[in-house]
Amino acid sequence: MTSFPWLSLIVFFPLIGAVLCFLVKAESSRWVALGFTVGNFLLSLPLWWLFDTSTANMQFVERASWISSPPVNYSLGMDGISFPLVLMTTFLMPFCVTVSWTAIEKRVQLFMSMLLIMEAAMVGVFVALDFVLFYVFWEVMLIPMYLLIGVWGGPNRLYAAIKFFLYTLAGSLLLLVAILVLYFQGGHTFDILELSRGTYGASLQMWLFLAFFAAFAVKVPMFPFHTWLPDAHVEAPTAGSVILASVLLKMGTYGFLRFTLPMLPDATAAFTKPMIALSIVAIIYGAYMALAQSDIKKLIAYSSVSHMGFVTLGIFVLNIQGIEGAVMQMVNHGITTGGLFLCVGIVYERTHSRQILDNTGLAGPMPRYAIFLMIFALSSLGLPGTNSFVGEFLVLAGTFVWSQFATAFAALGVILAAAYMLWLMQRVVFGTPAPAHRAHLLDLNARETATLVPLIVLVFVLGIFPNPLLSRMHASVTNLLNGQKAPAYATAPQRPSLPSTAATMAAIAPSSSEQATAR
Amino acid sequence: MTFPLQDLLAILPELIVIGTACLILALDPILGTDKKDVLAWLTLGALAMCIGLTSTQLTGRTYAFSNLVVIDSYGAFWKLLLYIVTGLTVLLSLAYLKAERLSIGEYYGFILLALVGMMVMVSGADLLTIYLGTELMSLSLYVMAGLKRTEARSLEASAKYFVLGAFSSGVLLYGISLLFGLAGSTRLPVIAEAITAHGTANPMLSLALVLLAVGFGFKLAVVPFHMWTPDVYQGAPTSVTAFMAVASKAASFGAFLRVFVEGLGGASADWSVLFTIICLATLALGNLVAIVQTNIKRMLAYSSIAHAGYALIGVVVAARHSGEGPSSGFASVLLYIAVYSFMTLGAFALVGMLRKEGQESENIEDYAGLAKREPLAAFFMLVFLVSLAGIPPTAGFIGKFYIFMAAVNGGMTWLAVVAVLFAAISAFYYLRIVMVMYMREPEGSVTTHSRLEASPALSFVLACALAGVVFLGLFPNGLWSLATHAAPLLK
Repeated sequence: MTSFPWLSLIVFFPLIGAVLCFLVKAESSRWVALGFTVGNFLLSLPLWWLFDTSTANMQFVERASWISSPPVNYSLGMDGISFPLVLMTTFLMPFCVTVSWTAIEKRVQLFMSMLLIMEAAMVGVFVALDFVLFYVFWEVMLIPMYLLIGVWGGPNRLYAAIKFFLYTLAGSLLLLVAILVLYFQGGHTFDILELSRGTYGASLQMWLFLAFFAAFAVKVPMFPFHTWLPDAHVEAPTAGSVILASVLLKMGTYGFLRFTLPMLPDATAAFTKPMIALSIVAIIYGAYMALAQSDIKKLIAYSSVSHMGFVTLGIFVLNIQGIEGAVMQMVNHGITTGGLFLCVGIVYERTHSRQILDNTGLAGPMPRYAIFLMIFALSSLGLPGTNSFVGEFLVLAGTFVWSQFATAFAALGVILAAAYMLWLMQRVVFGTPAPAHRAHLLDLNARETATLVPLIVLVFVLGIFPNPLLSRMHASVTNLLNGQKAPAYATAPQRPSLPSTAATMAAIAPSSSEQATAR
Repeated sequence: MTFPLQDLLAILPELIVIGTACLILALDPILGTDKKDVLAWLTLGALAMCIGLTSTQLTGRTYAFSNLVVIDSYGAFWKLLLYIVTGLTVLLSLAYLKAERLSIGEYYGFILLALVGMMVMVSGADLLTIYLGTELMSLSLYVMAGLKRTEARSLEASAKYFVLGAFSSGVLLYGISLLFGLAGSTRLPVIAEAITAHGTANPMLSLALVLLAVGFGFKLAVVPFHMWTPDVYQGAPTSVTAFMAVASKAASFGAFLRVFVEGLGGASADWSVLFTIICLATLALGNLVAIVQTNIKRMLAYSSIAHAGYALIGVVVAARHSGEGPSSGFASVLLYIAVYSFMTLGAFALVGMLRKEGQESENIEDYAGLAKREPLAAFFMLVFLVSLAGIPPTAGFIGKFYIFMAAVNGGMTWLAVVAVLFAAISAFYYLRIVMVMYMREPEGSVTTHSRLEASPALSFVLACALAGVVFLGLFPNGLWSLATHAAPLLK
């Protein structure tokens, strides 16, 4: 542990840039935003080595009093669950800037400034250790996101922006009431760790679970609260879609892991079955909807619903493979879907259409682009060797322990993912280049290549060497599960020597997945 | 009857304000039309002196004029808030009256007279004192609402306000007379003793409670006594609307809480039910009707009705408090109204100064594309609206946070849940303005687009309101401790 305020630094550093963006001309504001997002990533990078993998305790803790009565603290900290998400956020933000370089032409300063405010709030959500502070960061995001969708979005942007806003606000206001109830029931504190140690009555837990669910399930989004997502994704500018898909959706699942599981173990156990059922419905429904889309962005949006279903599935099977897989999948989905949205944005800038039929046969005029898109698509469908395989495999392995029946349905999602992604690729990459304006389509320029290459690298790195990341979350996830009350998980194996997921991964690497899960 | 010096010293702030008001009325005919600004500065000077004097009254509790007036931290809290909002209104009026070509010196005199009325309201310890204060405030506001003599709408607002205001004063007086019949006095402590001695079973008491609730309901503009609000707020000159929406509401809450807590606290079980119903109706109607408004002044009128509903949550929760420890309900009301004052004043200041061909841009459509024409003005409006919607890190969130906190602590979580649902609805109409400002292109030619008529005075008002909204949102400790210190205790 270090006394240097790393976390405050990466929360507030982008805000300086946000103010600075207003003070400079449009052209320079792009550079300011790029400088501050890259700078913030570099600032967060040392955490990778400073992070202590042996402990489940909060690290880099900072604490100061904010509101004296009731005691609300400015307390930040990071454990193995928030750590990958923070790094993913700071890693992705520079690409949100570069992809908007020429795509955003009006009110550039405001746009860049909103991106930087978003970054500060998103990092803040992941590192807040005080429930009210968490809530403040959580809500602060709404206005910049509303503006990102509403000002720079597509034709139907006003509707999408307000829908996004009201859905998330209604959910999170119920969370606020739940936070206040917890305060009075949990020993007059807003400290997340202290609240997690408390025990609450069964019926209270049920109500709180529902209130938490309202906030987090809308954000994930879980079926049937997902309807804002396709609208928001389709209408948002590329950077907005990337932020939405890669980071905002993770906040819902992060909320489940950080609050619902440790604070409400009895209610979690009681709601396991409906939650898993909703997750599987989301996996299959999202995949089927993706199959039916003619708009590329909408297709990816529905694929997000499906992939996030895997995350919630992994969380609620309540075993170590499931949860580590879920966190892994959160990061992977951020990278892969972020990459896909970046790709769509890049081609949209050229053809001004997101329709599949207007964008067929790109392999001819844009070979480099086609390769990148193909890699992201294969990663999205969970091809072994790419990052998504690791996460989805672990989730399915965890589900297998819980119920083989459920796994069969969840695995259907993987098959359907292959169907809609490959079909998409067949048309977009290899289809006949139909309309006339295909001829002058330029391949990726240097800026665009630089935007996609780091993501591609991560796709393979995390796909082939997931252990460095898994080992960083292992202690925290084990602690999360051991903190649960034992009888709550009669169905989940709580063996004293739970095999570490990293070991599982190492064991199955050469063999086929079926053997390992049948273990 | 002699007035001991001590009593006069206790009401020195009131004396200063009333003296300045008389001075302004005397100076007005002498001064040339181009020198009316002097009167505004005179007003501000008087307010500055009052702030200094009232700050010394933040501790202790003294009665004056044979227990007709009480000087305590509760009154001082409201007075300080009233000075600040009056000062900001005067500065706003300085710009507004010029833009509207209304160079009327009496205006400042009336503002000060209304202020005296409000100060008497919040420091009265006797129902008749409070009634006198209410009347002085209302009569001044009736005149101010009709200040645009050439405009039928303004006159209509004034007349409507007067008729309904006079009616509500009558109802209030009727309630007071019934209480006098029951307790033999109009002094609040005597009434409180009488209620403790005789219990609350008396039907006369219930009738008096209802009449007082109706009378104050009109002043607070809560449903179903809100009907005058949208018309009056829309018709009155915008600087007057801001003053009514903020100062008059704050003073009414001050007097209302004083009467119902210190005088009728013994019957809180009865009136809290009444106000729970009023609170729910206010939240529902205020927020739902605001959605369909096309005139921004009307929308803000309904929004102010809705905000009174949120403040009432704190009142009913404190009255029905069942948890351990002292309730923070009343303190949360004080804080809420203070926060509400800053954001509402800021919003009205912008509305008044946003002009299209010399006329006020009152239609929400006039705000189309404002972010492009006036990025700074749009940003200010954005902050005020976000705060009104209660989204952090603004003061509006802190206000709602404490109100909901009090509700949960008082065992009325269901009320908090209802309130947050309406808060989500309210976000819709506030954000609609944001949407129009940031995401819509204006129609028509460039010359007809609304622009902000900036002036140093207006900039100062906006900066103060913004600073209040942001600072109180980030550092609420000071205001909260002031509010808990000043909040009345329900015995």
